[in-house]
Amino acid sequence: MLRSRIRLAAVLAVTALLLAACGGDDNTSSGGSSASPAEIKVFAAASLTASFTKIGEDFTAANNGTKVTLNFAGSQALATQIQQGAPADVFASADTTNMDKVKDLVGTPQIFASNQLQIVVEKGNPKGVKGLEDLDNPDLKVVLAAPDVPVGKYSQQALAKANVTVKPVSQEQDVKAVVSKVSLGEADAGIVYTTDVTAGGDKVEGVDIPEDQNVDATYPIATVKASKAQDQAQAFMDYVLSDQGQQVLKSYGFGPPPAS
Amino acid sequence: MTAVARRRRRRAATTRSGPPIWFAVPGALAVGFLAIPLLGLLNQTPWGHLLAELTSPIALQALRLSLVCSLGAVAVSLLLGVPLAFLLARVAFPGRNFVRALTTLSMVLPPVVGGVALLLAFGRRGLVGRWLDQAFGVTLPFTTAGAILAEAFVAMPFLVISTEAGLRAMDRRYEDAAATLGAGRWTTFRRVTLPLIAPSLGAGVALCWARALGEFGATITFAGNLPGVTQTMPLAVYIALETDLQAAIALSLVLLVISLAVLISLRDRWFPTA
Repeated sequence: MLRSRIRLAAVLAVTALLLAACGGDDNTSSGGSSASPAEIKVFAAASLTASFTKIGEDFTAANNGTKVTLNFAGSQALATQIQQGAPADVFASADTTNMDKVKDLVGTPQIFASNQLQIVVEKGNPKGVKGLEDLDNPDLKVVLAAPDVPVGKYSQQALAKANVTVKPVSQEQDVKAVVSKVSLGEADAGIVYTTDVTAGGDKVEGVDIPEDQNVDATYPIATVKASKAQDQAQAFMDYVLSDQGQQVLKSYGFGPPPAS
Repeated sequence: MTAVARRRRRRAATTRSGPPIWFAVPGALAVGFLAIPLLGLLNQTPWGHLLAELTSPIALQALRLSLVCSLGAVAVSLLLGVPLAFLLARVAFPGRNFVRALTTLSMVLPPVVGGVALLLAFGRRGLVGRWLDQAFGVTLPFTTAGAILAEAFVAMPFLVISTEAGLRAMDRRYEDAAATLGAGRWTTFRRVTLPLIAPSLGAGVALCWARALGEFGATITFAGNLPGVTQTMPLAVYIALETDLQAAIALSLVLLVISLAVLISLRDRWFPTA
């Protein structure tokens, strides 16, 4: 009896600790919003993880400490979150399809970057992958992003152009998950953005996809109408489109918005 | 302590001194908090074309795969977990408490951590997986077997704990009698012990199955997500949520109904009627 009660107390104590640990993050972020510097929440495509983290820091430094909280996920997941009323101030998508999905909820989107696809393989390319044509080899474990994820849709377009049918072993939720499956050695190849091969570190390398098979991914950004920090949201969007923002994106391997 | 004794004790406590009256307020809030999300789900359910949603190829595939994987996980758990429960209950080997803690850790471990751990153990480059790959050409990630493994990893402790509790609570004199009458250990286990612990075992199987059916984190991390191969219902719900809300709700409803059914089947064990 006593023992089981002590055990119950121990379980409760551990639970309380875990909850406290989880709550910690929330407290710091909500603490920031109640103080004088403003805060904006930027929902950005997973492929923007490194570049937008840097842009966020730069923006905070240039705007009196306006705090930028970043939420990275597959653009399709972010679009759903915004549709369901998530408190986003800015949305940066990896394709126009998902921006269109929320077009009634956001301001006028502007294209701020472009990207291309590469095949990601393990360092040293042990399977000797030379191009999209090699990906239909049944001995090769290929992971793709799910068809609703922007990079998954782009991958299908590229494979169609190359006239290759791939049976992936898994359909991942965002581009980072594709890279991680390859860098863990579980998959032999995947199709991702050029920028994610760079961000994937020294465990992976990229195999180029020729221009005639490749796809131009365009990234739109927009402010969210329901945002209570319209000014800061607009300022962030302007910053991304500014020379400083574009410079950062370029340093992470993104292309400029296509001239039109 | 038997269920009857527990019930008697609880009733005595209630009549002697009731809870503070204001407990009704947080109590009601708790009920609302736990029940309202379910109402939300029911409220949005596309009743009109529920059948159409549930018989769509992707939903059927997920339903079928979820059945295969969860029953597979229960089978693995029965095969390995029941003997383990028996050892834990009956043999006072050194480090028994440690083993018990170790084997039930995955109950409280975040499933995604379990998935990462499984990957590092049974992945193609993992501790054991590397050897499996080299010796037998077997790789588990991205396979249905991998999904079963992930589900068994998180679900087995429920069966072990329940079975061990049943073994500890049972009257061992029946086993002794069987042994005196000349029954071997295996016969005694099969003919005497198993029937006696059947209710605990049944409850363990139900809990284990429900947990396996709902497994998400370990599965998506370790086994990946491919319709028909590793995309079980929870994964299908997650994916559908981003593209097809109606399908996600319909699949969620199925999982809710199954959970309710499991709960109701356990009601005599957990909610003795006063």
